[in-house]
Amino acid sequence: MNYETLSSFAQTWGLLYFVVLFLGACTYALWPSKKSEFERAANLPLIDEEPINE
Amino acid sequence: MATTTMQKNGIDFSVLTVGLFVGVFTLLALMVAAWSPDPLFNIHGWLSLGMSLVAILAICFWAANRKDGKLFDETQYEDTLIKWGVGVSMFWGVVGILVGFVIAMQLTFPSLLYFEEFGFLNFGRLRPLHTSAVIFAFGGNVLLATSFHVVQRTCRTRIAGGMWPWFVFWGYQAFIVLAATGYVMGVTAGREYAEPEWYVDLWLTIVWVAYLLVFLGTIWKRKEPHIYVANWFYLAFIVTIAMLHIVNNLAVPISPLSSQSVSLMAGVQDALTQWWYGHNAVGFFLTAGFLAIMYYYIPKRAERPVFSYRLSIVHFWALIFIYIWAGPHHLHYTALPQWAQTLGMTFSIMLWMPSWGGMINGLMTLSGAWDKLRTDPVIRMMVVSLAFYGMSTFEGPLMSVRAVNSLSHYTDWTIGHVHSGALGWVGFISFGALYCLAQWMWKRDRLYSANMVEWHFWTATIGIVLYICSMWVSGIMEGLMWRAYNEFGFLEYTFVETVEAKHISYIIRSLGGLLYLVGALIMSFNIYMTAKGKTRKGEEDHVHAPTNDGIPARAEAVPAE
Repeated sequence: MNYETLSSFAQTWGLLYFVVLFLGACTYALWPSKKSEFERAANLPLIDEEPINE
Repeated sequence: MATTTMQKNGIDFSVLTVGLFVGVFTLLALMVAAWSPDPLFNIHGWLSLGMSLVAILAICFWAANRKDGKLFDETQYEDTLIKWGVGVSMFWGVVGILVGFVIAMQLTFPSLLYFEEFGFLNFGRLRPLHTSAVIFAFGGNVLLATSFHVVQRTCRTRIAGGMWPWFVFWGYQAFIVLAATGYVMGVTAGREYAEPEWYVDLWLTIVWVAYLLVFLGTIWKRKEPHIYVANWFYLAFIVTIAMLHIVNNLAVPISPLSSQSVSLMAGVQDALTQWWYGHNAVGFFLTAGFLAIMYYYIPKRAERPVFSYRLSIVHFWALIFIYIWAGPHHLHYTALPQWAQTLGMTFSIMLWMPSWGGMINGLMTLSGAWDKLRTDPVIRMMVVSLAFYGMSTFEGPLMSVRAVNSLSHYTDWTIGHVHSGALGWVGFISFGALYCLAQWMWKRDRLYSANMVEWHFWTATIGIVLYICSMWVSGIMEGLMWRAYNEFGFLEYTFVETVEAKHISYIIRSLGGLLYLVGALIMSFNIYMTAKGKTRKGEEDHVHAPTNDGIPARAEAVPAE
């Protein structure tokens, strides 16, 4: 494998792979039905006191 | 099976494995001490032998004194480890800042603080000691302590691995001792922020893999279904640092009994590898790790939910995807191909957005609780740290632009930029977290003295302002002097003239560093007294800071967005 094949692969499929992954993360973050889960998660630091509840 | 039987006998499986593991290293250290012809490696062999013997004795005494047979109580959080972490962080913090002050004075008064007889006390040896002490010894221990605290609380389970988290903690201290003594003796691989030689690097790799496994194990056995965003940041920090550390330190030892090694890469490839490592140490050690601290301690201290949990996810992934490419901006106008320089510059500018996403999310978490800025100096410290984060992550992209870099590179502007991030962002968010931990881990209603936090806050803030302003002035001045030509096309100034012109700035910078050191000493005293359970006379009835025991759930309070 030489530099040209590696860089052309990175500039096409590599780029596509990263963009799709990132869009996936954004979709997950903005998915409407996740709203209530995230609201609960935003409060996690406030509801974690001891003792450890089983 | 073996685990349960041994637990019945009062010996935990993890204690045995840690003991055996340390035993193997004792033998290796003994071999180095006995056979190495390299005198410096020999000293490190004896030092390691001593440390491992102390560790084995400590494990034996500790296990023997546990008569109840309950070594690691799964219904309790492991807080003793975090208390150790707080103490050790303060210790290394003061040492690192003190060394920083000393080298600032050496630059200011070179002839006054030059020790002909004691080479190890001179700038060349102390400068790497300063950078590694503040970044890895202070910052690293703050990250270890807070990550162990946060992952237990947000996963609602005791830390995994029994004795292994203790191995990680003490193994990391052993790494610091080996690295620091190596620096002053002159054992160095000569790589920026990664100076330890091959055997210390291997030891850190082992400790770090154990850290990753302990952290993952805790997440694995969590009782809270959602993995809180702070844990994502910690995990990104741990995984990426493992990768960076291994690749950057690929080297071939001259012999198994020599402290010296040869880097696997050479020339511009080696330079790029070093700055790929160096800049991502900033990105994943000093940013992702400390953003994790922000995402737990600011909401907890302000008693407010995270402003936007969605923003936290988006800016996390944006930060992860972009940061890793920014390193080449350290190599503008070098032998590095220009496309790589442009790539680094472009990604650095793009980084501005995820950085400010984090800053805005942290600041806005205070919405509805802005009054706490006035009443709680610990909150104020953490909010000012975000202001410095915002400022230095704006300045960074600006300086990464090639044209700006042609002025700023190799000047004190870079030093000023680094310190606005390090003293302002990393330092202040760490101090805030340490104050919180001192109060919460020792279960105190309040700190020993809130007024002393105010004093710490103001001395340190004035110190930072003196530091960064003097470095801006001297950096831009020397940058302009270096590029000034006279009417014949010759350079207007000699190099030594630029050094002379910076003298006043260096005095101011040293003063700033001294103020920052005084602040750190005030904090150490305050935290020590808090741990002892004292309250300062005259402050018994001030309730400056909220207590954090048994806060009712505020899930019903205000929606997150």
